[in-house]
Parts: sequence; C-alpha cells; structure tokens
Amino acid sequence: MFWLCTLLPFVVTPAYLSLASQIAITALFALSLDLILGYAGIVSLGHAAFFGVGAYSAGLLAKHYWGEPLAGLILAAAAAGIVGYAMSHIVVRFRHLALIMLTLGLGLLLHEAANSASDLTGGADGLQGVKVGTLFGFKFDMFGRTAYAYSLAVLFVCFLVCRRIIHSPFGLALRGIRENAVRMPAIGAPSLAHLRKAYTIAAVMAGIAGALLTHTTSTVSLEVLSFGRSADVLVILILGGAGRLYGGIIGAIIYMVARDQFSGINPQYWYFWIGLLLVVVVMFLPNGILGGLGAIYKKSK
Amino acid sequence: MNKLLIAAALAAAFGTAHAQQTVRIGLVLSSSGQFADAGAQLDNGIKTYMKMHGDTVGGRKIELIRRDTGGIAPDVAKRLSQELVVRDKVDLLAGYVLTPNAMAAADVSAEAKKFMVVMNAATSIIITKSPYMIRTSVVLPQVMETFGTWAATKGGLKQTYTMVTDYGPGHDSERAFQTGFKNAGGNIVGSVRFPVANPDFAAFVQRAKDIAPESIYIFIPGGAQPAALGKAFAERGIDKQKTKVLGSGEATAEAALKAMGDNALDIITAWHYDYKLDNRLNAAFVKEFNAMHGRNPDFFSIGGYDGMHAIYETLKKTKGNTDGVAMIAAARGLRWESPRGPMSIDPETRDVVQTVYIRRVQKVGGELVNVPFDKVENVRDPDGERRKKK
Amino acid sequence: MLSSLATVLFDGFAYGMLLFLLSVGLSVTLGMMNFVNLAHCSFAAVGGYCTVTLVNSFGWPFLASLPIAFIAAALVSVVLERTLYRHLYRSSDLDQCLLTIGIVFVSVAAFAWFYTTEQQSARPPEWLRARITVGGINFAGYRLFLIVFGLAVTAILVLLLERTRFGAQVRAAVDNQRMARGLGIDVDRAFMITFALGGGLAGLGGALAIEVVGLDPTFALAFLVYVLIVVAVGGLGSIGGSFAAAVVLGISDMAGKYYFPWLGAFLIYLVMVGLLMWRPLGLFGKR
Repeated sequence: MFWLCTLLPFVVTPAYLSLASQIAITALFALSLDLILGYAGIVSLGHAAFFGVGAYSAGLLAKHYWGEPLAGLILAAAAAGIVGYAMSHIVVRFRHLALIMLTLGLGLLLHEAANSASDLTGGADGLQGVKVGTLFGFKFDMFGRTAYAYSLAVLFVCFLVCRRIIHSPFGLALRGIRENAVRMPAIGAPSLAHLRKAYTIAAVMAGIAGALLTHTTSTVSLEVLSFGRSADVLVILILGGAGRLYGGIIGAIIYMVARDQFSGINPQYWYFWIGLLLVVVVMFLPNGILGGLGAIYKKSK
Repeated sequence: MNKLLIAAALAAAFGTAHAQQTVRIGLVLSSSGQFADAGAQLDNGIKTYMKMHGDTVGGRKIELIRRDTGGIAPDVAKRLSQELVVRDKVDLLAGYVLTPNAMAAADVSAEAKKFMVVMNAATSIIITKSPYMIRTSVVLPQVMETFGTWAATKGGLKQTYTMVTDYGPGHDSERAFQTGFKNAGGNIVGSVRFPVANPDFAAFVQRAKDIAPESIYIFIPGGAQPAALGKAFAERGIDKQKTKVLGSGEATAEAALKAMGDNALDIITAWHYDYKLDNRLNAAFVKEFNAMHGRNPDFFSIGGYDGMHAIYETLKKTKGNTDGVAMIAAARGLRWESPRGPMSIDPETRDVVQTVYIRRVQKVGGELVNVPFDKVENVRDPDGERRKKK
Repeated sequence: MLSSLATVLFDGFAYGMLLFLLSVGLSVTLGMMNFVNLAHCSFAAVGGYCTVTLVNSFGWPFLASLPIAFIAAALVSVVLERTLYRHLYRSSDLDQCLLTIGIVFVSVAAFAWFYTTEQQSARPPEWLRARITVGGINFAGYRLFLIVFGLAVTAILVLLLERTRFGAQVRAAVDNQRMARGLGIDVDRAFMITFALGGGLAGLGGALAIEVVGLDPTFALAFLVYVLIVVAVGGLGSIGGSFAAAVVLGISDMAGKYYFPWLGAFLIYLVMVGLLMWRPLGLFGKR
C-alpha cells in the first residue's frame, strides 16, 4: 500500500522528482543505518564513510572506464562491503560512547584521507568528468524521472532484502544481541560474528545509496564522507523511529520535505524551524514518529 | 455584476500580462551553515544594486527566487537549480558561492540552455562547464599568479615560503602563486598546508619562523582563520620588516583586520576589491550598502553587485530577450566601470577580466586599511589563457 | 630545538585548557545523569555572545564580562533543564540526542538572527595580550592567562568535589545514582546545580575562545566534535579525566601540526581512535 503511494510523485508532483529521488536515496541510507542501530544496537556517527566509498567508487568507474549505472552499483556495493567488513572488526568490540566516538573518528579519518588524495578524488572541488551512461536507454535528465524510478526501484529491492533479514533467525539473533549483549553467547549465538555480518550488510547498502547519488547527480564531492552527512542520517533515523523498518523512510520523507520547504520560505533562518520540529517531535512522540504513533495506537486500543 | 466581471477580466489580463513581463532569476546561495555570511553579503550586494538602479530593466520587472544550499552540497545545488528551471520556470540562474555547487549547477545551465551568472565561486575550471555561463567575481589564479609574478619582479623578493589551507582553493592558489613566482625568477624555499578546520596556527607559524625565509605567502579562507593566523604571527614575533608577509585579500578582510589589530600592519595582499577603494562609484556603493545593511560590503558583495549589473546590461542589449543563446552572445565582451574599477567579460572565455590591486595594511586616520600602492590592469585568468592555446 | 618544544608544549597546554573549560561540564553531567546534552556548545556560544555584546556594545572591560558570561550561560542551561530536559531523563539516548540537536539548530538560527552571521571579536586588554620573553623563548600573554585560568578553575572544581558536602553528593550520584537516592540525597537538585555549573563553565570557555578561534553562529556545531572527543577520551563523570584528555589532545594537536604538518587533521583523530581502543571507558572513566 505504502509502496503504491511512492508512485504518486510521478503523476501528482512531477516537478519534484529530483527531490523525490534524493529522498529515496536518503531513505535507503537511513534504512542501512537502521539495520545496525535499530536492530543490532550499534550507534554509528560515521556511517557516511560507506555512503562515500560507494559514491566515489561509482564516480571513479563512470569517469575512467564505464558509465553503465548497474555496474557502478555492483562495484560500489563491493567496495563499501570490503571497507565495512574491515572496519567491523574494530567497531563491534566496543559499546556506548567509545563505539560512537570510534565510528566518528574512523569516518573523519576517511574524510581526511579523501581530501589528501585529491589527485584521485578531486579533493574539495569534487570529482570532475563523471559521465554516467543511460539506464536501459533512459537518460538521467534534469526532469528527474529516470533518477526517481531508479532510486525507488533500488530502495524497494533493498527494503525487501532488509525485511527478509529482519525476520530471519539471523535478524532475531541481532535483536537479541541488542536487548542483552551478555546473555546471547550463553544461549549459543556467537554475537561478534553476527554483528560483523550485520555491519557489513549495512555498509553494502549504504554504499549502494551513495552510488545512486552519484548516478542521479553526476557529481561526487567530499561531503558524501562528511560528519554532517553521518549526523543528518542519524537524526533522520531517530526522527522516524529506529528499529521499525519503515522508520528511516518516514524520517527521510519528513525531514527532507520539511527542510526543503523551510529553506525555500526562509533561506537564512530555516535551522530554527527544523530545530523546532525536532524538539516538538521528541516531546510528543517518544521513540521517533513511528514509535510515538505506535504508542498512541496502543493506548487508544 | 457585469462591472465586477469586467474588472476581474481586466485584472486577470493585466495580471498575466504583467507576469509575462517579469524576468525571473533563480538565486542559489549558501544562506545557512558555515558559509552563511558569504551568502548574506552576496545577497546584500544584489539588494544594494537593485535599490540603486531600480528593479525594472527595459520595461520588465526583475524577480529573484532565492534558494539555500546550506553549504557545500553539489547534489542539493544541482537539484535546486533543476527545480528553479523546471518548476519555477526561471529565465536565468545566478549566485553560486561555492565551487562544487557551481560545477554541479553548470550541468543544468548547459542542459536547459539557461544563462548563468557565477557571482562568487573562484576556481578556474568552472567557466568551462557551461557555454551559457559568465563569471563576475574573481578567478583565483588571476590574482595569485599575478601576485607571484609581481612579488618576484616589482616586489623585489627572491625567496618565499608558502602556507596554504589543504583544500581546493588553497591548492589552486599555491600552484598559481608558485608558478608566477618561479617564472619570474623567484625561489620557493618550502611549503606547508594547514588542515581545513584549523583553529590554531601557532605551530605552523613557528615552523615558518624557524626557516626564516625572506617572505611568507599565505592563503586561508575567510571567517575565523585570518584573525587566528594574525595572532599567531604576533605571538611568535614575526618581524614584518625582515620577513615580508604576503597574503590573499581574504586574509585582511574587515573582520580579520578588526580581530588582528596592529598585528596586521605591513601585510601585503593582492585582491580585486576592498571597501575602501577610492573612487566615486565605490563611495556611492559603500554609502548605500551601509545605509541598507548596517555594515560594509566585501568582495562577496561586489560579486553580487556586478553580477546584477551584468544581467541588467545584457538584458538591455537583448532588449529583454532571456533566451540563453541570445544572452550569452550579448554578454560576451561586456565592459563597464564598477566600484572595483574597470572590468569586462572576456569574449572568448566568458570569464571576468579586472584589475588586481597590490595593497599594504596601514593605519589611516586611526583605522587599519588595505592601502593599494600598485596595480595590474586588465588581468585575465592565466589558466583560461592556457586553455585557449590548447 | 628545545625552544620550539617548549612553545609547542606551552601552546598545546593552553589550547587544552580551553578545551577543558568547554568540556568538563558535559563530562560531569553525562556521567552523573547519563543525559546526552549535545547542546552543550550552544551554552558556550551564549557566553561568547554575551561577552561580545558587553565588550563591543557597552564598552565593558573584557575581564569584567567573564562572570556575566558564566552567569548567562548557567541561567540558560538551568532554564532548558527545568523546561525541556527534565522530561527526558528516562528517555532513550537517541531521543535525548534528537532533542538537544534540535536545540542546537534553533540556537544557531537565533544567533544568526540577533548577531548576523558576521565573525565576532572581543579584544582583551593590551596587557593581557602582551608577549613575554623568558630565556629567549616567546610566550603569548593570553595563552599564559588561559593556562592560569584553567588551572585555577580545575583547583576550585576539585576542592568543590572533594571538600564540600555538595561535592560528596555529586560524587555519590555519579558512582551509583540509585544508591544515592536511597541514601536520601536529592539527586535532582544536585544535578540541576551541576548542570548550571557545567553550562556556566562552557559559557566561560566560549568567551575565552573568541580571542583564539573567533565566534560565529555555527560555533555550537563546529566545536561539538572536539568536546565529544575530550569527554569520550577522558571518561565520563571525571574532572581529572577531562583535564588529562584535554591536555593530551591539545598538546598532540599542536605537536602534530608542528612536527608532522603533512599529517594535519589526521593526528587528533588517530590519537582519539588509538586512546579509545586502548581505554574504551576513557582515561579515567569508571563505567
């Protein structure tokens, strides 16, 4: 039902398709964070690292060798997965503030590295000469139809994959780890390996989201790796409600539409309104929008 | 009842006719976040121009639709530019404080064939990204390579140690200055790059002092850094008579001078605009700007001011035709007298051509001022010239 | 050779003192009530802008504005605590993050509205900025002032914590909140006072930082990362931890930039990652 509604923008608001595609990309990014935060309890302030790795992989492939978007997606997923797997060995061994700061630190280090390697990445000016090819013969034009269809399709597929994972024994084990990290090994589920697996999968999905951004905008710049992007996706996920599968998507829609509207009305001071929105949501809807709505629904029964 | 209908019909007719007369400009700036002040000053420059010259050109009213990118966000800049063209049906695109944003939006200008005026972003290669683009701000190599050449020739310097911020504009100015300096016979004794969000320069300045070069060239972005750097120079006791300190104009902007205090004296900079430039047009501009906004204009403001002037003059030449092809043809070779001095748009590269002033910080009437003591006129972007030859 | 080492240590220590003042409040309140207050640097900005207003618009001397900056920031933090934060003590960490980030955004816009986005400066008196030469090495007067000030504040805080009844209550609440309540300690009141103290110190830090790093509306966001690093590396709820972490980070940042400038910003993050991997609870952290 919800997914049918996502087709509405094509008909109802065709001038907003670029925004819609960026919302879909952010939703996928938030979904990937939900996998580790909402379901495995790993709070990450550096998730943009994988988004950025995916974005740059896709960009570099399109620039130097091959503009085919789907090939870019696969490369981005693989690259982000490798980086994610490597980092997971460090990350899963920590909890609480140390975990948050480690993910932050690793993300910042990657950002710095990309800035230094400006011969490869184009540095602060961004990667130039990214020539994205056509998708099944459709061009990525300024009207955004191809962009939105592409992003939405990939989001949907990844969503289905996520749902499968959540409801599988692996997913249940993850939730068990989140609830009580001490007890899980006692009932025989090897928790560190589970967490590493989840972290890697989340990295792969974030990388795919990054590649989508590169393909739909034909640009990559350092800010795909920035702390700002990591912080934004975390805010979006919390806003929508972590651990509820749809939370990242709802959060992305609300946050980005609100930001777009506020900054259109008041370009200089829109921070005020978006901050107010966040405060109001937290005060009245604990555990995010979906969490709060769920609580209200339960109470009304 | 009839009268009402007629009145309504007239109003509708007038309304649509009026709407067709409006020239809609999509203005994409960074109005929030780290670069908010740049965006604000640029917009102030635009508002000042429109107050001084009216908001109608050739019978058509100018309407600005403002959008905020929030900082460096090329994906957002591109989307906003797309929406301005597709949804808001703007006739031309303008603004663009930051290089990555300008580069991304250029694709939209090229695809939609819309006239685009870059009013700040200073990286050389931007101008090549759309055939419908002009720039009215500054090109970094234009100033920095000229400065390097000047330093080694008229400046009489043989050695220099360069210190720049480790990001795009920093790398560009380092390269440009070193090229100019070396080609004019100078010697680069060393170089260092600061991390981007660097709050404290003491360590770097100490390093420079230990090498004791004849001159130091610095490039840092505006904001908090120039003051911090100036303080570091004073704290470390760099004697500016023995070691000449050369910098970009941003390093001695008004806020930086205020924060550095006397530490700023004798810093030599090269730049295209200062609010204290002594000419009739600038005096009028600064006066109006002060009255409207309660502060002084800076180079962001002049980029916006001249950007609007270029739009107005181009519209006059095309007699109100906003078609991209017509406008860019009319904009090529445009020349005018600006508060910054004489300037023009290069007919071949579509980039800005202007005077580079060499200034020294001195105390004038109790105030710290960038006093120009030399200038190089009609400077083109050397990188653009090199691209022409290829 | 030795003189450059001396200046690096000196400058680094001074920078560390600034970081300490900005971070100690967050460390103690986080350790005491487990409340994630990401708006901590907004309190610092309140103090900074207070000083800017007093010095530039009212002509107050710089030093006289400092106590007012402290009080203003403390007041703002108490008001926020009583009206908004109080309701979220039992909420999840994530909700607390969202609330306080929302407050940071609102504060950034508010500062831009009242003060514009222009860089601000508030100059301390001439004698404080003088250059002092000892043994042929130059020391900046203002940095010396920062060091003296920071050490004085540390001493006062330690005395407060170790020698007063209030301090004993705070220590008890940090160690074990439930037990402390059980013993009849009014934890909420102790927390409110601690929160005000921490906010006030942040405000002082913000005012003192103007001369070193400047001030604009985005200060609250820009320094948040550094403050979090100090708190995490130092250990929650520990004044000694914040002190040690701030000094280590300040000196390693300065030393890194002097001896390995090509590493640049890498060093402070590498140091943080390394220290956290070695001591996940922080240098002096308990839980």
